Parts: sequence; C-alpha cells; structure tokens
Amino acid sequence: MATVVWTPAEVIQPSRPALLFRYIRRNKSLAIGLTVLLLLVAFTVIGFLAVDAKQAYPLAAPTKRPPSLQYLLGTDFFGRNLLAAMVVGMWQTAVIGVLAGGLGTFIGVVLGFVSAYFGGWIDSAVKSVCQILTPIPVLLIQVVVAGSLDKRDVTILTMAFIVVMLAWMGPTLVIRSQVLTMKERQFVSVAKLSGVSDLGIIFKEILPNLLPFIAAAFVGQVFAAVFASFYLAVLGLGPLREPLLGNIIWAAQTQGAFFNGWWWWPIEPAVAMILILGSLALVIMGLDELANPRVRRSE
Amino acid sequence: MRTLWLVVRRFLFLILVIWSASTITFIIPRFSPRSAIRERFALLARNGGFSPGDLEKIITAMQTQFGLDKPLLQQYVDYMSGVLRLDFGYSLNKYPSTVIDLISQALPWTLGLLLVTTILSFLIGNLLGAIAAWPKAPQWLRAVATPFVLLTGVPPVLMGVLLLFFVGFRLKLLPLGGAYSIGVIPNWSWGFALDMAQHQILPALALIFGSVGGWVLSMRGMGITIQGEDYVNFAEHKGLDGVSIFRDYYLRNALLPQVTGFALALGTVVTSAIIIESIFFLPGIGTLLQDAIKSNDFPVIYGIVLFITITVATLMVAMEFVYPLIDPRIRKQ
Amino acid sequence: MMSEVLSDRPTTSRTSALSARPSGPEPVLRVQNLEVTYYTDAGRAKALDDVSFTLSAGEKLGMVGESGSGKSTLALAMMRMIKPPGRIEAGRVIVGDTDLTGLDDDAMRKARLSKIAYIPQGAMNSLNPVMRIGAQMVDAVKSHMNGESRSSIGDRCAHALKSVDLDASVFRMYAHELSGGMKQRVCIAIGILLNPQVIIADEPTSALDVVTQRQVMETIDRVQKEINAAVILIGHDMGLMAQFVDKVAVMYAGRLVEVSTVREMFTDPKHPYARALISSLPNLDNKGVFQGIPGLAPSLLRLPTGCAFHPRCTHAMDICGTTRPEVRMLASGRVVTCHLFNEEA
Repeated sequence: MATVVWTPAEVIQPSRPALLFRYIRRNKSLAIGLTVLLLLVAFTVIGFLAVDAKQAYPLAAPTKRPPSLQYLLGTDFFGRNLLAAMVVGMWQTAVIGVLAGGLGTFIGVVLGFVSAYFGGWIDSAVKSVCQILTPIPVLLIQVVVAGSLDKRDVTILTMAFIVVMLAWMGPTLVIRSQVLTMKERQFVSVAKLSGVSDLGIIFKEILPNLLPFIAAAFVGQVFAAVFASFYLAVLGLGPLREPLLGNIIWAAQTQGAFFNGWWWWPIEPAVAMILILGSLALVIMGLDELANPRVRRSE
Repeated sequence: MRTLWLVVRRFLFLILVIWSASTITFIIPRFSPRSAIRERFALLARNGGFSPGDLEKIITAMQTQFGLDKPLLQQYVDYMSGVLRLDFGYSLNKYPSTVIDLISQALPWTLGLLLVTTILSFLIGNLLGAIAAWPKAPQWLRAVATPFVLLTGVPPVLMGVLLLFFVGFRLKLLPLGGAYSIGVIPNWSWGFALDMAQHQILPALALIFGSVGGWVLSMRGMGITIQGEDYVNFAEHKGLDGVSIFRDYYLRNALLPQVTGFALALGTVVTSAIIIESIFFLPGIGTLLQDAIKSNDFPVIYGIVLFITITVATLMVAMEFVYPLIDPRIRKQ
Repeated sequence: MMSEVLSDRPTTSRTSALSARPSGPEPVLRVQNLEVTYYTDAGRAKALDDVSFTLSAGEKLGMVGESGSGKSTLALAMMRMIKPPGRIEAGRVIVGDTDLTGLDDDAMRKARLSKIAYIPQGAMNSLNPVMRIGAQMVDAVKSHMNGESRSSIGDRCAHALKSVDLDASVFRMYAHELSGGMKQRVCIAIGILLNPQVIIADEPTSALDVVTQRQVMETIDRVQKEINAAVILIGHDMGLMAQFVDKVAVMYAGRLVEVSTVREMFTDPKHPYARALISSLPNLDNKGVFQGIPGLAPSLLRLPTGCAFHPRCTHAMDICGTTRPEVRMLASGRVVTCHLFNEEA
C-alpha cells in the first residue's frame, strides 16, 4: 500500500493592503488616532494657506474679540488672531514633537544598541545612569534648565533640546531589552558563526527586526516631548512671544481669562492640545495592541 | 543578613539619586548665562529702588552673602551640606524668608490635594480597569471604564481648563480659582471650610479625571495577563463563585504590580498637581514655583525641584520596603 | 472547503452501539457525541468531533494523543469550561444521573469539584501565589457547602492533605514554599475535597522529575481507590500510563480513534495510528530502533477529507480519502474508528 502524500489545500491569502485595511478596522484606537492626526495636519496645512501667520503675533488684530465671522476663533488680550495662533502653535508643537521625539529615539536606539550589544562596562554605565535618573521627576529638571536660560534665548528649537535632554532613557531601555533578547536568537548566532561583522549583524539582522519597536518608541517620544514642552509652557517657561499652545493657556490664565469672560482664549488651545495628545495616545495604544496580541483578546 | 544588605543597598541608591539631583541643580545655574542676583537687582534699580551707581556694589555684596565669590569646590561642598540639612538658602524675592520656610508654608495645600486625588484615582482606576478586563463582568459595568480610557492622553491641566469652562464658567456651579473666595478672611468656621472645599473640587476632579485613565489602562493590561494564569482557571475548576475568583484570585494578583507602578508614577503625579495649582490659582508648591519662575527667584526654583526629587525618590525606595508586606513571595527572600 | 469536510458525516446511531457495550456495573460517566468548535479568525476548527465513551466507578481511563489532538479540550468540555471563541456544539456529559450539559450556570458551578473534579498540571502555576494553601482549600469547600461549620471544613481539608501524604503544616504555607511534587499533591487534595464521582487529571506529571512522577501517580491511584471515583488521566507518556490505567483511549484530530484495555492496546493495537504510537515506544527488544510516525499532525482548520489520519496512514485505501470512518465496536468490545474494520463490526 503506497503512502498517500497529503497536500494541504491552497489557502488564498488576501493582498497586503487589504489585510492592513482589515486590521486597522479592527484596531479601532489606531484607526481613530491616525484619523484625528491626519485631520490636525490638514488643519495646519490649510491654515497656513488661508491665514496670515503674522496674525499669530501680538498687535496684529483688535483685542479681546469673541469668535465671529471675521475672527473665527476670536482674538486675545494681546491682539493675536487666535485662528492664526492655533495654526502656528500647532505647527510649532509638531516641530518640537517630531524633532525632540526623533532625536530622543535616535539617541535611545544608539545607546540601547551599544549598551546591549557590547555589554560590559558600557552596559552597566548606561543602565546605572538610567536607574538613577528614573526617580527624578523629569519635568522638574527641565524646569531648572529652562529657567537658567535667558528668556530671549528660549525658542522653539531650545524647547526641543531641553525636552530631549532627559527623554532618551525610555527608548534606551526598551531597545536595550529588545536587543538583549534578540542577541540570543538563533539567526544572530548563525550570522555570527558565518563570520558577519558586528556592524553587519546590527544593520542586516537586528535592526530590521527592531523597526516595530523603534516606531512605537518614536510615537511614544513624540507624545512625551509634546507633553513636556506643553507643561513647561504652561508654567511660563516657554518662548513667551511664540503662540505655542501651552504659552497661550499660560497667558490666558495669567490675565484671568475666565474671570474676565474671555472663555475662548484658554479653551481653544486646550481643545487643540487634547486632540493632539489624545490622538497620539490612541496611536500608542493601537501600536501596543499590534505588538502585544494578548491585549487584543479582551476586545 | 541578606535583608540588611538589601536595605543598605537601597539606601545607598537613594543617596546616589539625591546626590545626582543636587549636583544637576548645582551645575546647571552655574553654566547659565544668567546671574540671578544681577537680574533681580537690575530690575529693582530700574524700578527706582536705588541709584544704578550702587548696583555693582550691592551685587558684589549679595554675591558674597550667597557665597558666590568662593571657589567653586567650596561652593559645592557648602551647597551639598545645605541639601543634607534641607537648607536650600534664602529666597531672593522674599529675602529674609528661607526657601524651606516658603516650601513648608505651601506644602500642606499641595499635600492635601495630592493625597486625596491620588488615592481616589488609584482605587477607582484599578477597580474599573480590573472590571473592564474581566469577561464575566456585566457589559454595562465594563463599559464604565471606556470614557476614562478615552481621556488617558489628556493631561490633568487640560482637564482643568475644560472643567473651568463648563462647570465654573458656563454652569457657574463652582468657583473659577483661588483657595477661598475673595474678601473672606481665613478662620476656623464651617462656612469657611465649606468655601475652601468648594474651591478644591474642580482641581481635584481635574487630577482624578486626568489620571484614572492611566490606571484603567495598565490594570486592564495586567488583568488580561492574570486572567490567563493557571490559578485563575483552576479557581473556576474548583467551582468558586465569580465574586471570590474576581476578588481573591484575579484582583489581588493583578493589583501587586500596580503598586510598583504607583511608586514609579509618583513623579508624574506630583508634577501634575503642581501644574494644576498654577491653573487654579491655588496656594501650594506649584504656585510658589510659578511665582519664583516669574520673579527669577532661582534659589526657590532649585529648592522646590530638589525638595520634590528627594521626597519622590525617598517614597519610591520606601515603597520597595512596603511591597514585601503585601506579596508573600518577596517576603520570604 | 471547510464545510464540505465537516458536513459529509453519516448520521447513524453510534451512541447506542457504544452504550450497549457490556462494561460491568452502571457507568458513572457517560460522554455522548461531544462536539466542540473554535470559531477563529482563520476559520472554524473542530477541536472535538463526536466523542463518546463511558466509565464506571473505580475505572481508570488513560487519554493519549499528540498535542492538539483534543485531549485537553475534552477535559475542558466535560467541565463545561470551554471559553469563547470555543463552543460546545452538541453532545452530553452525564455524571451519575445528572446531565451536566443541561444544568444552569450556577448549578454547573456547584457540580464542579463536587461531582466532577479537575486536577491541573499543578507543578507550575495552578495555585494562587498570594493565598495560603489552606485558604485555597477552604474557599473551595465553602463555595459548595453553605453553613458548613468551620471545624468540619478544617477536618475535611486536613483529611484531604493526609490522603495525599502531605503534612498538616502545608495548610499554613504559600505555593512558593512547596516543591513541584508537593504542589501537585495539593492540587490532588483539592480535587478530592468533596469526594467527586469523576476526576480528570490533565497531565498531572508533566514538569516533574521521574521519581516524583511515580509518587504523584501512586497518590492519584490511592485517593481514587479511597473515594472510588472514575478517573480520566490525560497525558502522552504511554509508559507511565500503562502502569496505572485500566483502559486507554487514543485521540487523533479531535476524534477518539481507539478505546481498548491496556493489555489489548499494548499487545494488539487495532487502529493504524495506535499501532504507530505503540511501535514508536522504545522497548528492550528493539533497542535503538525508533519508529516515528511519518508526517505531521494536521491543522484542525484544514482537516484532510475522509479519515483525518489517511495522509499519514500506511494502510490508507481509496475510501479513506473520501469517506469519514464510523465509530465501530468490534466483537471483542473494543472501539475503533477506521475503515479497515468495516467488516469486523
């Protein structure tokens, strides 16, 4: 009796975009987060085309006008057109977020890699520094740094640098632990045995596998950077002339906006910030769900 | 013996953290292009407090008084020994007051707000998160957590602005800020206590709404992990009722890592409270900090930063010693 | 594709044929046509397909098969603990004169442990790490017996611990203070707290060392005699099983392919898969000659047509690829699901 070889029936795999679409439809937080982010980008881009950016600075418009047809979002105590201020503020927030987030992620990836891949004293040093810095509330150190700067020196760029100074620890630890586990995987050993150089292993074998984690760390860093710069600005440590969203809220509260009935002044930047941080948080949650399927089960 | 070594090690770690934080606050201002004293007195001079000619003399005198003319190393040693005694020097703005005086005047306000809101949001958040991850919980109960999850990304400050707008400004239910109504003289009466409580509701709600979501999320994640554990399954095989399984097998185990998370979140919790204060014009550390920032009162800024860092780090280490009391596995070691 | 495979099932009354089997005293456990499906994203997976068997009090059945063959699903289905996306589609589980499948949820909860007990792989993680062992025994008793006095619950627990050879001091201990073997015994002690009629032990010896394995099996053996329960032992260690059970059931791809006494199974296995399993065991006569089973176990999502084993079967005939074999009882009283025995039945 001959052995019957059983071939599994052909399984039809849907195309990649279709799969992606199907996944995003199920991963609601990712879908909503991305949609809101896109809308915000659209608002900023269209805003720059439609509104004069100069209107975002003091004395460009009549003061204290509530929202009207002429000034859709009203104007503030200093004569800024708040619609223009929102557009510019949104853009500046994005600059700080992407710049600081990108830089923080980059430093984190490099440090995490070096620390985990080469181990030894470098690893211990990086690990100890992270451990010691963890209990120190990051914002407060940022307050010290921002406070030590001449107020005229504080710009969007310096904000980004202040924020990034202590923000690399998160990604460093994440990437470090991922590289540590990956180092033990078979494919890395195989590459090592077949004489691939350290750099070759890092760039050809490990890095591609880390991309999802790096992407998640990046979004997390953008969130953290936006958050931190917002807090600094609310405390009055931001670039005071710029219509950064936190600055507007700080200015509004300093002038007692609610007491004086100028409700639109603090509310508008607050809503904008909620949309930005909320959508970023949703994207982070969605990416978590992607990376950690256990979370998916509960849906 | 091993326990003793563990205690010593954690204590050394604590000292290391405090040393790092104080060194950072020592170094950064000395690299700074700004001179706190010069700015302060230049401002006074401009306002006509004294003749500009005397300015340099006064600045030199003040720098001597603050010890800024000594060699850097000497300054560092003085500074560090000050930190050990919780002596952060004098306020520039409210001169004869020391920094620690100002802090201790502001502290009760911040502490009161923090304690109530932190405990409430930890309890509410973890319970809601545990329920949200529990498949057998009634659907409507599981859904209660959803709005909080949606609010996760929203920092308490923004929650504060929204509450101010809707509850304070639109509905006029609660005051728009301050610790008590303007014109009222603080006294020990029920009327004043009620007035004060009314002023604390919105900031407290902002803090609670702003932080419950985080606990819900992490507890939900933890709950999903725990409900897959063998002992939860076996509890069901044993025929236990749902409430017992939820309380004794699922919640108790899921809550343990959350306590560690609580220690780690302390820094964020304190920062949120500080910023909330400045939005609601509440007296407290946050307002003290914001005033100091406005008036370039650097000793106060650094003093607050150091004080909070020391407190948070100490609490974090202390939590590690509390943990064995609630987890028998660690108690043994 | 799936539905074709699943639908070409002839409907005959197999159950009657099986229950007619002369198996001595009145059976204490009757499993009839049990069927479980998991509805996954990738499609429907039939994890249990038409499983029927009976057990009498004091009888021990060994359940063997590769991982994924449905052994553990069977245990969960009997406890009515199949979780979504899984579902019990059909069939009945009758313990004594209670039909478990007909009970409401609360009655089923009470039936667990008191009528049918499940002993997990306790060595690993089946005990709550933050509760004392005693508390985990007491809550089990309490949830079934309202108003039982504190001392009588204590006596019950102490007796159970003694039955599994554990010191009374274990009552006050935590799981991490016990060895793997001791933890497994605690699980057994919990399982017999309420003298159930049926005990299911799901791989009770995995993750234990060889000496402890034996001790645990002997413990199960002893407590089973003490309370005269029917025992289902799930595992894949045929050697260990052969020493303790009366009957062996072999599962493949969610179906029971053969049920025989231990002696018959080891000397004269009928189903080609059972034969392959037995011949793959090492023995003293053919040292060093291991005969594996060619091919891999099929995915439950894409079962081959006809007999699920036919692609790997050395005796496959044309009919095996097209028609699903019936559960047959041979003249000897053994149960086989294979076309080779179509005439014998």
